[in-house]
Amino acid sequence: MLRQENLLPKPKTRIKKKMATIELKNLYYSYSLHEGDSAFSITDLNAIWKDRTANALLGPSGCGKTTILNIISGLLQPMSGAVLFDGKEVNRQSTRERQIAQVFQFAVVYDTMNVYDNLAFPLRNSGQPEKNIKQRVKEIAELLDLTHLLGQPAGKLNPAEKQMVSLGRGIVRKDTATVLLDEPLTVIDPILKLDIRRKLREVQKELGITMIYVTHDQHEALTFADHVTIMNKGVIIQVGTPEELFLNPATPFVGFFIGSPGMNMIDCEVKNHGISVNGFSLQISEEKIRKIEGLGGKIQLGIRPEFIETRKSPGDNWNTFELTLVENVGAYQILTLEANNLRIKARVDDQFKAREKDPIQVHFPEDKVRFYHNEKLIT
Amino acid sequence: MKQRPWLFLLPTLLLMSISAFVPLITVINYSLHYIFAGSIPEFVGLQNYAEVMGDTRFRQALLLQLAFSFMVLAIEIPLGILIALSLPRKGRGVGLSLVLLGIPLLIPYNVVGITWRLFSQSDIGIIPRVFSVFGYEYNVSLQSVDAFLTLMLVDIWHWTPFAALLIYAGLQAIPDAYYQAAQVDGASTWKTFRYVTLPKLRPVLTLGILIRFMDSFKIYSEPLLLTGGGPGNATTFLSLFVARKAESYELGYAGAVSVIYLYIVIVLSYLFFQVATHSAKEQTV
Repeated sequence: MLRQENLLPKPKTRIKKKMATIELKNLYYSYSLHEGDSAFSITDLNAIWKDRTANALLGPSGCGKTTILNIISGLLQPMSGAVLFDGKEVNRQSTRERQIAQVFQFAVVYDTMNVYDNLAFPLRNSGQPEKNIKQRVKEIAELLDLTHLLGQPAGKLNPAEKQMVSLGRGIVRKDTATVLLDEPLTVIDPILKLDIRRKLREVQKELGITMIYVTHDQHEALTFADHVTIMNKGVIIQVGTPEELFLNPATPFVGFFIGSPGMNMIDCEVKNHGISVNGFSLQISEEKIRKIEGLGGKIQLGIRPEFIETRKSPGDNWNTFELTLVENVGAYQILTLEANNLRIKARVDDQFKAREKDPIQVHFPEDKVRFYHNEKLIT
Repeated sequence: MKQRPWLFLLPTLLLMSISAFVPLITVINYSLHYIFAGSIPEFVGLQNYAEVMGDTRFRQALLLQLAFSFMVLAIEIPLGILIALSLPRKGRGVGLSLVLLGIPLLIPYNVVGITWRLFSQSDIGIIPRVFSVFGYEYNVSLQSVDAFLTLMLVDIWHWTPFAALLIYAGLQAIPDAYYQAAQVDGASTWKTFRYVTLPKLRPVLTLGILIRFMDSFKIYSEPLLLTGGGPGNATTFLSLFVARKAESYELGYAGAVSVIYLYIVIVLSYLFFQVATHSAKEQTV
């Protein structure tokens, strides 16, 4: 199982420019084959990650993120479907042949070796001359700020340093084109997390590698990646830049999962060329009304707490809510507002002065309001 | 109340004093006296100890014991690793193989001794028959080497499963990520074993070696039932030696041997433990 002996000699590869656009096509995976279709943890999944990009794969625990990562690296074989690297199917290739490095949740170092030997390990395994190894290890140690630790036993390092060593072992091979990171910051001190994330980005740019960063922490995903893929229950729900995910969540799930607090989702109806929400009416432009009119079924209105406008004086298209809770989070406040059995959250700056039980006027700016039908974004 | 912590320790201390302290002190007391059947014990100080140290038969028994322990350890531990590695890690086979491995551990020492005595008996045993096919005349009651090796075989048969089970549990505790990382790093099977499995098994191996060392150093029932310590003194291990002395009513002398015996076990175990944990510290902490 751990054997790498059938690694074919690679005379033709020469100094091929390393590239890695990763594509998954119609992928299925199940951990328990005999329990029927419902046991599939990944169903008909399609995805693409472009060469030299920083990506995040974001979703709640148990949604299949790690499974996907292990399928990309070849530690798991899909039941059906294809894994493509630069358009070529690699299903049968070993992790090594795919030129992939993987960093795990709990930093893996070889305890009995020092940092230098840890970094040199993958190179020695591929039989490179010791002189080249020395030079390459030095380069990588410098890049990762590990130079002063080279002589230390790897078991002695703190978790952050260990994680750097395990990343270093991945990128020390010059042919590494992709680095997969599986919740790499879970066991790291909060203070060091920021440093490491910045370092990861630096390495990604410097070496021009494709990175896929798996996490359940939206903050980590949004600050690390240029492209974020959101998953839930084995299905990819949306792919986009952090900004797109924030402004135009494709489903109520994304709206709620991204942002703190998440998007307000409110059931509503179209009535008299306007929107009626629990007895309130909102004026919305004809254009938008036309798109959602006649869809039938449940329509949900979504608005981010950040975009809700609040003030004390009443006005046209402003509705009265009662302020029930103020949470002060330093630079801003989160207000919980209630009216007609409807509860919403609004995020306002610290200048906003109001007390609980005060009546507050609330306005939903039309360009920030999103409508969902059957769990899909309509407009 | 300042003494309150002691109250909580009291039950343990009571149990330990009954099971260990009292017998130990009694033995030490015996060892300082000259006692012979029925006569009044006479205090002789360390005379018994001097006598024991000068006794060539004691030294022979000790050497035999040491040789036995180290030899069975040298086989049981590596064999245990091999068996543990070859056991299935998942699925239905796990339960079955664990039960099969566990069976020898359930058999009492004396039953093991008698069973193997039947196996090795020169007229009806299966072992002499097998050897006679190859033209070798196997006889535990005549050949010292045969007796010694047979006892080793018994111990290995009886206790390798224990080592294997312990190591198997240790293997299961190694996170998959280590093997996956080794796979990603392109490590060979041997390198994966050498740099992942073995270092991670270290605490378990230390424990296994310690337990097996102390146990095999006290082996008693098997040689008693299988060879009776013979032929000659070829399998008179330290434990048998002590028992013989006690049986012949040289209680003071036997007491002194017991104390020395205990001392050796403690010192060797302590030394081994120090070496194992110290080198582990150097490498991992």
